[in-house]
Amino acid sequence: MKNASSVKTPSDQDKETITLIESIAREVRKDIDTGVLPSIKLPARGLDNVTYDEMKGYLELCGAHKLRTLTVNTARSFAQTLRLMATSRAMVESNDFATKREAYYISKNWGDCRFDEQAESDAIMDDIEAMASMHGLSREQLRFYPESHGGSVAGRLTVIDKDSATGRSIEIDCANLGSGAYSIPRSAEHLSFRTDARFVLAIETGGMFQRLNNHRFWETAKCIIVEMGGVPTRATRRFIRLLSDTQDLPVYCFVDCDPYGFTNIYRTLKVGSGNAAHVNRFLCVPQARFLGVTPQDILDFGLEDATHPLTATDVKRARDALQNDPFIKANPAWIAAVEQLLKMGVRAEQQALAKWGLNYVIDQYLPRKLADESAFLP
Amino acid sequence: MAQISSDKQTRVPTAIELASRQREISVSEFFLKNRHLLGFDTPAKALVTAVKEAVDNALDACEEAGVLPEIVVHVRDRLGKARVVVEDNGPGIVESQIARIFGKLLYGSKFHKLSQSRGQQGMGISAAGMYGQLTVGKPLHIISRTEGDELASELYVSIDTANNRPDIHKKRRVEWDCPHGTRVEMEMEGHHQTGPHSVEVYLKQTAIANPHVSITYVDPHGKETQFLRCADTLPPRPKEIKPHPHSVELGRLIQMLSNTTSRSLMRFLVDEFSCVGKKTAIEIIKRAGKPLTDRSYPAHIAHAQAAALHRAIQKTRVLAPRTDCIVPIGEPQLLEGLRKELAADFYTTATRPAAAYRGNPFQVEVGMAFGRPGEPDIEVDAGGHMRRKQKAQHASTVEQLIAPKDEPVRLLRFANRTPLLYQQSSCAITKAVIQTNWRTYGLHQTKGSLPIAPMAILVHVASVWIPYTSESKEAIEPYPEILKEIKLGLQQCARRLAHYLRRELHLRQEYDRRAHIERYLPHIGAALQDILALSDDERDSTVNMLDDVLHTSRTTRRSKP
Repeated sequence: MKNASSVKTPSDQDKETITLIESIAREVRKDIDTGVLPSIKLPARGLDNVTYDEMKGYLELCGAHKLRTLTVNTARSFAQTLRLMATSRAMVESNDFATKREAYYISKNWGDCRFDEQAESDAIMDDIEAMASMHGLSREQLRFYPESHGGSVAGRLTVIDKDSATGRSIEIDCANLGSGAYSIPRSAEHLSFRTDARFVLAIETGGMFQRLNNHRFWETAKCIIVEMGGVPTRATRRFIRLLSDTQDLPVYCFVDCDPYGFTNIYRTLKVGSGNAAHVNRFLCVPQARFLGVTPQDILDFGLEDATHPLTATDVKRARDALQNDPFIKANPAWIAAVEQLLKMGVRAEQQALAKWGLNYVIDQYLPRKLADESAFLP
Repeated sequence: MAQISSDKQTRVPTAIELASRQREISVSEFFLKNRHLLGFDTPAKALVTAVKEAVDNALDACEEAGVLPEIVVHVRDRLGKARVVVEDNGPGIVESQIARIFGKLLYGSKFHKLSQSRGQQGMGISAAGMYGQLTVGKPLHIISRTEGDELASELYVSIDTANNRPDIHKKRRVEWDCPHGTRVEMEMEGHHQTGPHSVEVYLKQTAIANPHVSITYVDPHGKETQFLRCADTLPPRPKEIKPHPHSVELGRLIQMLSNTTSRSLMRFLVDEFSCVGKKTAIEIIKRAGKPLTDRSYPAHIAHAQAAALHRAIQKTRVLAPRTDCIVPIGEPQLLEGLRKELAADFYTTATRPAAAYRGNPFQVEVGMAFGRPGEPDIEVDAGGHMRRKQKAQHASTVEQLIAPKDEPVRLLRFANRTPLLYQQSSCAITKAVIQTNWRTYGLHQTKGSLPIAPMAILVHVASVWIPYTSESKEAIEPYPEILKEIKLGLQQCARRLAHYLRRELHLRQEYDRRAHIERYLPHIGAALQDILALSDDERDSTVNMLDDVLHTSRTTRRSKP
């Protein structure tokens, strides 16, 4: 099994990863030798240190750093950081990987230094990841993979993958998977694509994806449909980003008309999350635009009686977005949309369109929306 | 009448018949029946009390004569019969006085003068003799020699309890190898026990409060224990004082009036009392009102006028009593005493300024010994490294005077340098300790009880007249003035203790912090080795280096304790 990977020379990125880890370890050792308490410089990951740059199109960390100096409070995490970095280096060398859960279990062999809960190892991992991202390296290059799988893909797309055993390339035709769909892998870095689609349609719910896939909506609309399943996972976001970047495709987002759909699902897909601000530059999909369901759609498509009142959480989330979300605040169209929603006091799900018939969404709604891209929200 | 006389059991005695049964009770007879009042209630307690009375007398005698006391105590215990021998190097007793001192209750030198001494009633040793006489029927055996005397006097004395008179059984002159001193031997029903109420603890506590005394103790098993002196000078002699007017009860005042040699009330007030000058005397007499004048003849003052005089005295502002008549142990001496007899980590002592209760001057001293040997301690070396060290275990088998960690503190109570072993709960000292809020000083304490700590608290109350709760002199009456002074002394020491505890806590926390960091050092070493492909030697030297860096940085950051 390992033959193929050991034959393969480490890529430039792997060399960079090793160089980075070694340079940090060398700094620590130098500090010790000169009689200074060693410290590791890490980007601060708090929300205070997150900004939205409209030109770049994603949320990113500002310059603030935290210095993890070896003290009573940090002794444990200091040792853990170094040990996790050592693990990462070993995995790069042997071309292996560990899921976050596995990384947590690796530590069980570290004695006093072990992680008691996965939340601990995740936090340390995020620190290392943030530091690596400052040097243009992603978590995948550190060989730490997320546990959650990606969403599903169907439509006019051929994914070109490699057989991990033989290195032979494999082509997957996403138009030929019957009623099933292609499942996005944890790491999409090595994939390449071939497509004649005009756009990518990112869909919030699995049900809506099923409907569009079963009726081969992508065939007539000449598109690729992606199921996000709520807030898109990193793998899904990275996949859409790579697809959009390499094939120069616009991305349209089709989610529920509620504050969660706007600020959590769509916002995360487009500009990334505050929590993972250090990696948003790899994951964000700045090309994304919001197809629907917009508050205006509720009026335009006569869905007023298929709505639910906004819950207290919804209202709070909406007001919070207006006040604090740098992305919403930077876009007047979004401010207007959220305010309109608040004024209407209702929310509408994608499935509300079924009021006019199960396939109303395919026959009427999507074609009408796609006919006027200028009506999409930014 | 006939009916009543027929029934002898219920016949009411006549007053004349009653009068025939009424007769004088001698003090000796009274105490024979009420021996618990003098501390002879159980055989175990009787033994300790007997030793205590003899040792107190010996110490008082030595100090009065200016001799550094050397006391030898032998206790033998055979089948519930105990023999106590107490020998001192004091001035000895003139032969003619020996019988009365040991064979008559309430005969002594200390009752009628106001001066700080251990004994004050003239009852203790003769009561011990009487107890022996009662339980085993043996008289006291006394040998005494005054300095310069060729031979010592040997007497066997018992008490004629009916008349409270000494009964001399045998008297002769004997050779004795001691140049001067007194040896008392008594036999009694007694039981030797160990623990907090033992002869050994009593002598040990005596040694703490009397660092100028050397005591040799031979217990019933023949084991000899030495309590050596650590001070080679006698404490200054307490001065004898006249009573302060506010300390005198009406009855005493009447007695003083009839006994005085002064020929006028004015002279009486000025001569028989301390702190009374002519001005104060005039004020008192004026306040007492007619018919009393400054020329009234003291012995002729009637009861009503004496009562008025007493009221006037109480109402008149009089200078606080002189306090130079009190001789405290002294902070450094007490500290030395604690150090030599108790193994602890922290000692502190405080001597309060003298104060007065009801016209009687008194002075309070407090000492504390904290920490039990044998428990782990932390030491810091010059390089700033810290390690746990095991303290040397104290080899002594003597009852630990310092409480274990989770028990109430041990109280060492003293009155005029004499340990008080019994009736702890009714004593002013205990009350003051309980009423002090120890939580302020970092100790655990449930409301209304002693604090919990590995500690001994010593409290010494010195006074010309200690207000004991009973004749057996086991507890001090809790007068508000005395309570207040004890509490102030306790607080003074407790503040220093709290300071020490805080420092200890910091040290312990610092140690824990370092131990915490040190746990992770090997992991930092291992990680660096993995990443940088270091050899084991390189790794170890890096870890050692890091250990040093850590200690120097933490030491420099901490201010020196």
